[in-house]
Amino acid sequence: MKFSLEYITKSVDGWLNATFNPTIAFLIESVIVMVLVIALFAFLGLVLVIMERKVAAFMQIRLGPNRVGPKGMFQTVADTLKLIVKEGFTPNNVDKFLFNLAPFIVMITAMVAMAPLPFANGFQIWDVNIGILFITAITSVSVIGILMAGWSSNNKYSLLGAMRSGAQIVSYELSAGLSILVIVMLSGSLRISDIVAAQADGWWIFKGHIPVLISFVIFIIAATAETNRAPFDMAEAESELTAGFHTEYSGMKFALFFLAEYVNIFIVCAVGATLFLGGWMPLHFGTGTAFNTVMDYIPGIVWFFGKTFLLIFIIMWFRWTFPRLRIDQLLNLEWKYLLPICLVNLLLATIIAIAGWHF
Amino acid sequence: MFIVDYIKEVFGAIKSLGTGMRRTFWYFVHPKEIITEQYPENKENGQLILAERFRGEVVMPHDENNEHACTGCTACELACPNGTIKIVTKFDITPEGKKKKAIDQFVYRLEMCTMCNLCVEACPSDAIIMTNDFEHSVYDRNELTKILNKPGSKIRDGIE
Amino acid sequence: MYRESQIIRNNTPDNYMVINVGPQHPSTHGVLHFVITLNGETVVKLEPHLGYIHRSIEKMCESLNYRQFVYVTSRMDYLSSHINNHACALCVEQGLQVEIPERAQVIRVLMDELTRLASHLLWWGSMAMDIGALTPFFHAFREREMITEIFEETCGARLTMNYICPGGVMADLHPDFQAKVKAFLKQLKEKLPEYHELVTGNIIFQNRTKGIGILSKKDAISFGVSGPTARASGVSCDVRKRYPYELYDKLEFKEVLEDGGDCWARYLVRMEEINQSVAIVEQLIDHIPEGDIQAKTKAVLKLPKGEFYSRVETARGDLGVYIVSEGGTTPYRIKFRSPGFSNLSAMETMCKGGKIGDFVAVMGSVDLVIPDIDR
Repeated sequence: MKFSLEYITKSVDGWLNATFNPTIAFLIESVIVMVLVIALFAFLGLVLVIMERKVAAFMQIRLGPNRVGPKGMFQTVADTLKLIVKEGFTPNNVDKFLFNLAPFIVMITAMVAMAPLPFANGFQIWDVNIGILFITAITSVSVIGILMAGWSSNNKYSLLGAMRSGAQIVSYELSAGLSILVIVMLSGSLRISDIVAAQADGWWIFKGHIPVLISFVIFIIAATAETNRAPFDMAEAESELTAGFHTEYSGMKFALFFLAEYVNIFIVCAVGATLFLGGWMPLHFGTGTAFNTVMDYIPGIVWFFGKTFLLIFIIMWFRWTFPRLRIDQLLNLEWKYLLPICLVNLLLATIIAIAGWHF
Repeated sequence: MFIVDYIKEVFGAIKSLGTGMRRTFWYFVHPKEIITEQYPENKENGQLILAERFRGEVVMPHDENNEHACTGCTACELACPNGTIKIVTKFDITPEGKKKKAIDQFVYRLEMCTMCNLCVEACPSDAIIMTNDFEHSVYDRNELTKILNKPGSKIRDGIE
Repeated sequence: MYRESQIIRNNTPDNYMVINVGPQHPSTHGVLHFVITLNGETVVKLEPHLGYIHRSIEKMCESLNYRQFVYVTSRMDYLSSHINNHACALCVEQGLQVEIPERAQVIRVLMDELTRLASHLLWWGSMAMDIGALTPFFHAFREREMITEIFEETCGARLTMNYICPGGVMADLHPDFQAKVKAFLKQLKEKLPEYHELVTGNIIFQNRTKGIGILSKKDAISFGVSGPTARASGVSCDVRKRYPYELYDKLEFKEVLEDGGDCWARYLVRMEEINQSVAIVEQLIDHIPEGDIQAKTKAVLKLPKGEFYSRVETARGDLGVYIVSEGGTTPYRIKFRSPGFSNLSAMETMCKGGKIGDFVAVMGSVDLVIPDIDR
């Protein structure tokens, strides 16, 4: 008996529809999904922050947080408690409405982008037929929240940070989109479940030849840039702009920005894992081999989170190794290097997809 | 060739980034390289090693008879650049009936001390030394003004 | 209310954006305050404001005698406190006309070079941190920690040592000194290639520093810039070579010169100076002569009436000590020519026309220590 979350979701759905009328069943399902998403949100915030701090510490030959709980594992819980009890301070000359709205916009876009992510086989909130397009569209909304925060803070550092962030996210969406397009073209669908299903006989990164490898590398770079992470953390750039667009924020409003940053990392890494590394699909080679059967015994949710956290580790690894780029170099890198490479790569991928040369 | 240079540039850049990433990953998988010292704990398990010359605080050593070596010559008071030391003297009556100058109070203001060692250098009778104690935090500033000679102590015989 | 945003839209010269970098800012390494006029992201004007950590050290020294005033100078450029003390001691000795025992001279040079190493290691970490890489800072501190431990054993303090005093040095070397220094040199030589892997070779670092903050040779001379900052512009100004003091004329080392004048050249000069300092320490560490550590001096020093000037090469440049004596036990007037102050004056020339990110890189490469500028 292979472990699968599909049975659970199916039976819950069946039971609800049998007991209540379809509208109420849908409402109850929505509430359950909301609770689960918020729980995942909190869980990710806690886990990713402690993970980042530990990864940073080990690369910097130090121990990292080690006082709260076993090996410091509850440090983020303590930090969150501290931020919750802190006063929600709004400075005097800010645009109060936008200032208070901005963190919520950033967080809600991160939450909404989670909808089409396939956590396991059949364990997906909304399998929409334009799933991958939906995610790229929604994640780009978060820049509005950042611009709003920078503008309303009435602080020059914040404004500079927000403007940088705007320029950066707008340009890096191009190469992220083009590298996603390679996979969309090879699998022939925008629906995420179709993309995962197309990798049942091998992940795209293995069977897609060089174009997929190149687009994977570009996707990781663009993902780092889109989430405003070092070496592309122009919006924060603490040695230049103190804290960039969230200089004026404190307490829980700051924590929402912080949390949204980490959840955004999770989302882009989950998208990367789904597109290039097969999502919840176990490691398969060809069809019907004994190796595939053995691999199927590892549940899909383990595969999904394993791959996602691998990518998250790579992005953290970047941050703790590289110096920061300058803003014009950042845009040079996008427009002079990544975009041309992406376009040539797309052409290659088109030839491969038309000729059917992929495995 | 423009294209060749362009590709060479890209690969050179990727290689240089790779070397850095290999180095940080090496440290990530070698936790033995960690050099953190865990301060309050290492006091208990004896890993906190202080150099014996470490200058933490001026003290006046007393022997088992509650005797010190300070003659009250105020050389340290004069040597101190910050006015940290103040010596209050009194006159003891010796058994022979002579008056003899001795210290009443050796006032040491730790909050003004910069641990420059000049007082210890200046002392002709080695009456004061620097100790390793570095945990000076107290709840009241007045506690930092210390009287270094113990109550009832007197000068050791044979020190002029 | 939202005038700033209009300023950004409106690039007329009257409407530049003025931002305050400092006195509390992550990139200024202390309480230095820059008023920067920006045109978008481009620096138009840069104006340093001083005085946030002014302790009037020069005035304080006037009321301290010649043994006491040395310790205050540790607090000027706290990263090369041995060298500051050395400069003061040299100036007083010049007035006293005393000959320093050879052992004391060797110890002084050893301590100077170890201080220079410690300072350059810290600079390497903090420059990488300014540019955005946080990991090198901790790696540099690992090696620097070994030097501070050596200092702690011999001098009794880790940062403000007050070890070199008029007449010699305060205490004899710790018995473990030679072994510890050798262990440190071994580890530093092992780890230096790692430094180059992490930062020097990195393409992002090179792009952030090459051609940034150019200071021409002419400008360097006219601003009175000294130390590695001037040597990166091709100005030969190493006091150790040009006006040798102590043993420096008997030692073999190169004056490192680059002619780029940009942040990258300043980086290379300091990295090479680490090697040169290692070479100096290696020449001396096995040949410490036996003998006294202090010349015979009176308990209360009195300088004859007159003016005395000494200069040494600190980790940041040319430090001059100027004493006017009226013949008493305290100086009549004292003046420090600190390297940081003149290096700071060249900041505007270096930063003008660059981006605000370049300003941070220049700031890191010039290696300013704010208490040295303010005194």
